[in-house]
Amino acid sequence: MRISEIEGHLRKFRVGIAGAGGLGSNCAATLARAGIGTLVLSDFDIVDLGNLSRQFYFVSQVGMEKTSALKENLIRIRPEIKIITHHAKLNKTNIPIVFAGCDVIVEAFDKAEMKEMLIKVVQQGMPGIPLIIGSGLAGWGNSDKLKCRKIDETLYVCGDELSETSDELPPLSPRVGIVANMQADAVVEILMKKE
Amino acid sequence: MKIILNNTEEEFAVKAMSVSDMLKFKKFSFRMRIVKINGKLIPGEEYDSTIINDGDNVQMIYLMSGG
Repeated sequence: MRISEIEGHLRKFRVGIAGAGGLGSNCAATLARAGIGTLVLSDFDIVDLGNLSRQFYFVSQVGMEKTSALKENLIRIRPEIKIITHHAKLNKTNIPIVFAGCDVIVEAFDKAEMKEMLIKVVQQGMPGIPLIIGSGLAGWGNSDKLKCRKIDETLYVCGDELSETSDELPPLSPRVGIVANMQADAVVEILMKKE
Repeated sequence: MKIILNNTEEEFAVKAMSVSDMLKFKKFSFRMRIVKINGKLIPGEEYDSTIINDGDNVQMIYLMSGG
């Protein structure tokens, strides 16, 4: 299949990204390059100088809402992409509304409790919508332990499922980028099979 | 009984067990996790009352902070 055909196919779909930090911002950039037609970005945070160690933002964007800054960057990659932004904290009530109509959802939260909440809401309240979660990306090295595990048709887990971030084991750009791109690859894999 | 646990066949020396039993037998002590049985998500408050049957496909996913 030629790249023009692949891009033509991927353009038809809408992908939701829950969180625009290390995983979400890098996954969004990869999906924009791959040719996904519409991205729904959701995050409550603003860009901080410390984020630049691993997130897809620039010094000039410090202080901006992450969703607005990311939209700006994605449009620079692919001007025709449609970006829908929600500058809000996601919860049980707004998740089905924010991500309504999405063909796949990427979980890109920081906190495990938020990951759990999103999994419950999507798996129980949005049946049939595939969810790609990130779990275990802290530190450096051991990149052979990072994997994408298909649980079933609606749930994939990317990461080592082992390393939790802490002050002593922070998230660093290389492993965060690998997991974000694994998540993007799972999205592409799912959508390439979809009519 | 035999079940599929995270894509691998595992044998347990009991006839039936709850999700809580399985987590105990396997020493899965980390609390942030998701359990699915045959594709169905099992909420934490139902771990004691949900029985895993012979041949079930059980998936246990640890949720690590970081993203």
